[in-house]
Amino acid sequence: MPEPKMKPIWFFVGMILLVIGGIIFLNGIYLLFHPPVIKTVLADMHPDIWWGAIMIIFGGVLFLKTRNQLV
Amino acid sequence: MRAIGLSFIDWTIIIVYFGFVLGIGWYLKKFTKSQEDFFLAGRKNSSWVAGLAFLSANLGALELLGMTGNTFKYGMFVAHFYWIGAIPAMLFLGIYMMPFYYSSKIKSVPGYLKLRFDEKTRVLNGIAFAIMTLLVSGINLYAMALVLHTFIGWNWDVSMWASAITVAIYVTMSGLMSAIFTEIIQFFLIWFGLFLVSILGIVEIGSWKEIMVRINEYSSQVSYTTLWSSSANPLQNGMFVHWSGIVLGLGFVLSFGYWTTDFLVIQRAFSAKNLRSARMTPILASFFKMALPFIVILSGLIAIALSQDPHSGFKLLQDSGHTNYDSALPLLIARYYPSGLVGLGVTALLAGFMAGQAGNISAFNTVWTYDIYKSVLNKKASDSHLLVMGRASTIVGVIISLGTAYWAKSFPSIMDYMQAIFSWVNAPLFATMLLGMFIWWITPSGAFWGLIAGMVSSFSMYMAVKFHWINESIITMSSVQSDMAANFWRAWWAWLICVVVTVVISLFTKKRSKEELVGLVKGLTKENHDQYVPFIKRPEFYALISLVVFVILNILFW
Repeated sequence: MPEPKMKPIWFFVGMILLVIGGIIFLNGIYLLFHPPVIKTVLADMHPDIWWGAIMIIFGGVLFLKTRNQLV
Repeated sequence: MRAIGLSFIDWTIIIVYFGFVLGIGWYLKKFTKSQEDFFLAGRKNSSWVAGLAFLSANLGALELLGMTGNTFKYGMFVAHFYWIGAIPAMLFLGIYMMPFYYSSKIKSVPGYLKLRFDEKTRVLNGIAFAIMTLLVSGINLYAMALVLHTFIGWNWDVSMWASAITVAIYVTMSGLMSAIFTEIIQFFLIWFGLFLVSILGIVEIGSWKEIMVRINEYSSQVSYTTLWSSSANPLQNGMFVHWSGIVLGLGFVLSFGYWTTDFLVIQRAFSAKNLRSARMTPILASFFKMALPFIVILSGLIAIALSQDPHSGFKLLQDSGHTNYDSALPLLIARYYPSGLVGLGVTALLAGFMAGQAGNISAFNTVWTYDIYKSVLNKKASDSHLLVMGRASTIVGVIISLGTAYWAKSFPSIMDYMQAIFSWVNAPLFATMLLGMFIWWITPSGAFWGLIAGMVSSFSMYMAVKFHWINESIITMSSVQSDMAANFWRAWWAWLICVVVTVVISLFTKKRSKEELVGLVKGLTKENHDQYVPFIKRPEFYALISLVVFVILNILFW
């Protein structure tokens, strides 16, 4: 009987980075229009928006490239 | 005092992570049918998977809170743990030792001792490793509870039990494979979750040069910004250690002892699909290891620089009048991260702790099952019985580590505690492995009694200094007191004692024949791996590149 195949680890890495990056990015957009009362240092740089976007791109590429792979 | 407040979004990210790792454990359970699947992840991983897991198994609480805190305490000298304290040993493992480990098809490092020497040496090391692993596992729980309690305000006991139960569930379901999967996820979460601290720290202070200027203003007598140039005089560096202590104690004994013999990390290389992948595992990991100071050391240096500026408002937490060095990283997260990113930063820390603990537990269940249970208690145990035993020992191991976590609280810094344990077990084991793998006439009796002498002497030196029976300067050969220097030097003496006792006893006891040692000892074994592979595709080529990068980094930050 052939061994069952599983999704590669990179699929799961891509998925979690995509999901968490998406949450951070969307929350960053929300905070752009509803800024918090107490601001963090360098809040004006909006690190959540661009860092979330980087996570989405990185995670998205991994997720899309491996979504049909089995190892 | 609480440093970090969590919003709804932060909680969402933390819950997503917990759900994700439990989901992975459940998904992988259907692929975990045999003991080989459970203990060795089916031996089918690529060198990238095994390499990242190899590094991540070591990337627990120690790396994150401990190293950033220690950088605040000792300065840039802490980078020695990543460079000279890791890279040469990792490359040596990949080039010289892995062929003997992997080709002998052993399931654990003590298993090699059984083949090379005898059963009693294997059981001795198995027991010592099991105890050490559970003690170290306690650190992960302690560190996790520290983060959750001190910085988020969670109940100490509830935090420890909740995280321990999560680890127990997913390791019990699918063993090493789920541990490896979560270790790799943790690797990416740590980089995405914590590297931003370094970036924003540099942006706030202005430049790398400005960070160095501010730190040098902090202390003109002691250098916190150099690696080697202040190592000739222990009084001139933050760690108060001479370069010989770094080279012999950390760079040679502790580093080689950990990276080449500690089953926790080597188990990841055993999961590789073939010998080439197994050899590439520590070599690939060495590149990522060299990059880690750009998270932890840089964050620690940023914390020192900020603390020198009275207008920054940055100050480490105080516990009963003592500075809590481990608070440096969480305070930087609270300083720079808005909601959402705070959740990612806290998740990265949690992932580090949980993956570190899962690594310890998966190594413990393997050594317990093969090197203690099957070797001593039930020699005829079937495959399915060992699988059940592996799962049961996972749960027992987690419960015992919960107990050891409370002991870890009594140490002033996580790292000091960790290095003390390594110098008891790994330093003498490295001597035994080195002699056994490279000198054929080392005997089983020599190895056994040498190992005992090394472990007992290391532990005795530790206790003698702790209870002031002897002065620390006898061990460190320096009038300056430093826990870290004592660890380095104790490891060196333990290694030396083990070597001397092993060699002397081997001279007078019965040797095994050369024929019996083929495949286990260098010089008696034909090594023709990668014979027809071009040099640029061989592990040696990548090791050479790693070595060049290592030298450049040391010169750059000399």
